[in-house]
Amino acid sequence: MKPAPFRYHRARDVEGATALLAELGDEAKVIAGGQSLVAMMNFRLARPGHLVDIAGLRELDHLGAGSGGGLRIGALTTHHTVETAPADRLGAGFEVIRDAMRWIGHLPIRTRGTVGGSIAHADATAEWCLLAVLLDAELVAHGPRGRRTIPAGEFFFGYYTTALEPDEILVEIVFPGPAPHAALAEFAERRGDFAIVSAAVDLTTDGADVRGGRVALGGVAAMPVRVPEAEAVLAAGGSFRDCAEAAARAVDPPGDANGSGDYRKHLIRNLIERACKEAMSR
Amino acid sequence: MTSARDDQLVGRSVARREDPRLLSGRGRFVDDIELPGMLHAQFVRSTVAHGTITGIDLTRVRQVPGVIAAFTAADLELGDITARLDRPPSEFVPTAMPVLARDRVRYVGEPVAVVVARDPYVAEDGLEAATVTYAPLAPIRCEEQALAPDAPRVHAEAAGNTLVDVSLFATEGIDEVFDQAPCVVHVDVRTGRQNALPLETRGAVARWDDREEQLVLHTCTQTPHQVRTVASRCLGLDERAVRVIVPDMGGGFGLKCVVGREEIATAAAALRLGRPVKWIEDRKDALSASFLAREQHYRARAAFDTDGRILGLDTDVVCDMGAYSCYPFTAGIEPLMAAAEMPGVYKVPAYRVRGRGITTNKAPTAPYRGVSRPQYVMAMERLMERAARELDLDPVEIRRRNVITEFPYLGVNNITYDPGSYLESLDLCEQSLREAGWYDRQAAARAEGRHIGIGYSCFSERTGYGSTAFAQRKMEVVPGFDVAEVRMDTSGAVTATTGTISHGQSHETTMAQIVADTLGLDLAKVKLHQGDTDRVTYGWGTFASRSIAVGGSAVRLAAAKLGDKLRAIAAAEWGVHPDETELDRGRVRRRDAPDVALTYEHLADTAYLRSHLLPKDIDPGLTATAVFDVHNDGTFSNATHGVVVELHEDTGQVEILAYVCVEDCGVAVNPQVVEGQCRGGIAQGISGALFEQITYDAQGEPSATSFMDYKVPTAQEIPEVVIHHLETPCAFTATGAKGAGEGGTIGAPAAVLNAVNDALRPTGVELDNTPITPETVHRALTPRTPEQTP
Amino acid sequence: MNDTTGLGDDVQLITLDVNGASHEVITAPRRTLVDVLRHDLRLTGTHVGCEHGICGACTVLVDGLPVRACLMFAAQAEGARITTVESLADSGTGELSDLQRAFTDHHGLQCGFCTPGFLMLAQGFLAERPEATKEEIREVVAANLCRCTGYQTIVEAIDACATARRAQRAVGAEEESCN
Repeated sequence: MKPAPFRYHRARDVEGATALLAELGDEAKVIAGGQSLVAMMNFRLARPGHLVDIAGLRELDHLGAGSGGGLRIGALTTHHTVETAPADRLGAGFEVIRDAMRWIGHLPIRTRGTVGGSIAHADATAEWCLLAVLLDAELVAHGPRGRRTIPAGEFFFGYYTTALEPDEILVEIVFPGPAPHAALAEFAERRGDFAIVSAAVDLTTDGADVRGGRVALGGVAAMPVRVPEAEAVLAAGGSFRDCAEAAARAVDPPGDANGSGDYRKHLIRNLIERACKEAMSR
Repeated sequence: MTSARDDQLVGRSVARREDPRLLSGRGRFVDDIELPGMLHAQFVRSTVAHGTITGIDLTRVRQVPGVIAAFTAADLELGDITARLDRPPSEFVPTAMPVLARDRVRYVGEPVAVVVARDPYVAEDGLEAATVTYAPLAPIRCEEQALAPDAPRVHAEAAGNTLVDVSLFATEGIDEVFDQAPCVVHVDVRTGRQNALPLETRGAVARWDDREEQLVLHTCTQTPHQVRTVASRCLGLDERAVRVIVPDMGGGFGLKCVVGREEIATAAAALRLGRPVKWIEDRKDALSASFLAREQHYRARAAFDTDGRILGLDTDVVCDMGAYSCYPFTAGIEPLMAAAEMPGVYKVPAYRVRGRGITTNKAPTAPYRGVSRPQYVMAMERLMERAARELDLDPVEIRRRNVITEFPYLGVNNITYDPGSYLESLDLCEQSLREAGWYDRQAAARAEGRHIGIGYSCFSERTGYGSTAFAQRKMEVVPGFDVAEVRMDTSGAVTATTGTISHGQSHETTMAQIVADTLGLDLAKVKLHQGDTDRVTYGWGTFASRSIAVGGSAVRLAAAKLGDKLRAIAAAEWGVHPDETELDRGRVRRRDAPDVALTYEHLADTAYLRSHLLPKDIDPGLTATAVFDVHNDGTFSNATHGVVVELHEDTGQVEILAYVCVEDCGVAVNPQVVEGQCRGGIAQGISGALFEQITYDAQGEPSATSFMDYKVPTAQEIPEVVIHHLETPCAFTATGAKGAGEGGTIGAPAAVLNAVNDALRPTGVELDNTPITPETVHRALTPRTPEQTP
Repeated sequence: MNDTTGLGDDVQLITLDVNGASHEVITAPRRTLVDVLRHDLRLTGTHVGCEHGICGACTVLVDGLPVRACLMFAAQAEGARITTVESLADSGTGELSDLQRAFTDHHGLQCGFCTPGFLMLAQGFLAERPEATKEEIREVVAANLCRCTGYQTIVEAIDACATARRAQRAVGAEEESCN
């Protein structure tokens, strides 16, 4: 389990990194924390000819308030930094993001793994991908043709596939506004594993009443998905149970060694309801 | 003659001698060995589960820069590894396991060629350049396929894909017992294929030593002398010309007590190239292509009278042994253990069993901690539970009525059970859970619609198998005895050797405790040597919970002999009979005048440096060797495990709320070490009950090639375990100790399964197979609508 | 400097700061940090258990935080402070640290193969979170795999060490305030 040979390039700035990627073409891969990529390389399931290490680009390691109550997170910010961020840096209404960090692997993975790396890797059950879809994050990519912002809803194409061009780097994730009544719930057989199913909700409330909300699921398709059918139940004033039931009916999760489609539907029902209750208790 | 001291070390949790180096990063494991000019080996492995090799082309491998050599079976011309039983062809079919596959491959991952390179990274580049072509054959993936009437054969010589088929005991009149019994219960129990999974994978460093005219093979094995025997035979060397050295070893659990093909191939490559060669197995290979275990199927029935007393047991057990017989135990390792010992702690008056070991296209089976006992205990305990339900008896009460209470007890399986605390451990275990309030909590939870269950398992475990007990298995190679040597130098310091080999069991501490007590020495004055075939006279290694029972006894006897010699030398100096002397804290003193004493240093000085002073009948030097063997059926440790689980309806998760283990391993040489063995064993038992399994797809590809798929539980899944000790000393080991290495693993799966079933009681569903996945529990908890009912 | 690569691929010179000492290594970029520590620098206390980041036997500290040395190329570690198990005991006397002693006192190790990973995991975690509760410790211990102990004594050892350190600090603070 030793990786195949590659050439290693250390980027000095974002421009240089993207220029290098453009020059090296398909053979090149960006490495940040490397927590998914290196494992795949050790199995030789990934074998890039070139690695462009962007970990030194300190300007991409930041976390703080954006405009209009939003939250801007630099792509190189580690999960651990988010997890341990003081409340004033994270800002009010983003507790869901901080609390989700404990579901990502384990401490020694979170100390190296980065927010941008996780989103660009696009595992179907990754917490960051689910949060991005749930909260309509804007994903800022930088490439030789400049900078562009991709809405999370248009970013994920399928298993490990995103809208990023090979010469683009994800530089920033912007969560547009606070989500004070949002929560994420998931289940894996073993602590730290990728979830069999993960569920996240962001409720719109008026006092103790729910006026509507967003519902997203991971582990039920090739990428995290919003579930409009479940959101419609919330908008219509339906119960959390009905919302969860609607979600379970709406999706058709594939079965695998970790659980059949039916079992995943069972998890969806319970995890959405659990997330809703937790979101309301915030 | 033991020294009379009140500061006995045996029985105390003295700090481990191993710890300082292991805690400081100064352990020496096989991958830590670096030799000048050393090369690195990796193996080209079969990509098909079953097939004929139609071509191997290593030309491109040899062209990879940094690759030094690549060898096939034809290049190396090594002898096969063939394990045998002395049983008739109707009961056992020997099969040869070639070091490298020659014309046929029988599992995904089977080694086909060895690539040797300057660097382990380059060795893997070499693997990718190999071209091996196969004519695929239909893979045999399971019992049903293997035993189908027209099944293709995994080995041409093994009809019906059966390597072992024994029918034992068949008590006269057993059919009538079942015909007439008021209560007969059945179970169909299947257990998943597992990997013992030592955290250190297998590995070897081999070099030829010109000066010693010896192959020196460093390898992490539980049985160094057996590796030496196989290496010498496969390589065509005198056994003297092979030295096997076991450095620090990162766990074994049975997986490392069989001889692997790769260490032999590594040695062959080193001889061929005249340079040291290292092979370190990677995790992918370790998971799927090393040795596996535990895949068994029990169809069992038991007859009971109306009081819940067992009248008869009738079992058919099929063990899926994978592609080859492991050396030296053979494919009989699991079925013979299961067949011989299934009645366990219960008074079973009539018994019949058929035990089969079948061959399939999976990595071969090696012993794994507990060997069949976790499985047959599960089957047996399921029978007990089912009978209790049928007869409306309390599950603890039915066990109480059936456990052996009078010892020695001659079982229906012709095994004599030495004294144990079968009933006492059961009572104490139940009492412990009751006093902790779990029965009340269970009742309260049920009233709220929650699913809490309490489950038990009772078992004993034969430890300290001597050659007599092993001979009953009719192995061609019969393990059993152990040899120890104890030597004192002129500084009064002692070196002891043992044929056992610690890989977590703490022998450097526990064996030293035994020696130090026997000779009245400080622990620091005793050093243990193990795992070096040139330093150790002979030994069978560490497995079957034999080390303290057998190896510890040999060490004890050798130390006592050395003590006798010290006394003889002192007696000669004083001109008294040795019986007039005794050992006392590093001295020999006179019984009639305890103030008159000679130090060990003084006596050693006489023995070595002034031997002219010794009487003619005392040889110079201070060395004593002793052999210990058990000439009966062995000694039985026992325990009861009690488990409380909660089943979570929302996820199907099984949460272990409480775990109590009441164990009896005779005299505990070091109680902390015994507890460590219990807890670790229980964790592995829980792993098998709830988490770990390797399955195979239609092509015979293993499902688990990473820790993502093979779910070794973490500190979040393994509960804290409360341990209570009982002590029934063994009458015939030299220390009173019984084995303690495997018990935890044996009891856990049955107790967990019973607890889950107790929690499921309101649903009417009973589960008999492991691992129990969350989805299984979810299905069991989900009320079936009419259209879902099959 | 030590060239163990023997490769035709792109070899480079890197400088690693390990346990406070600076090391120059000529290495191929594909070599992982754990392989360079073990085989180039001969710091064999850090072990390799899975090479895909799950077992944690290779856990070391990078800039004080626990990381998997199998999921990092040595080249990525240039400029960082790397700390391995060899740094824990007193370099002069060999005396074990309080954390190491807690492991031996609680029988938190058997075969010892996973132990350096658990030690470094705990070392990094407790430095950042000295007030950690036993449940938090258990959650962090779940980051690594041990096949021998069943984890209970590892959790107990780390908890005992944390508790003792807190007590010591409280005493220190009290003495400070008395002065």
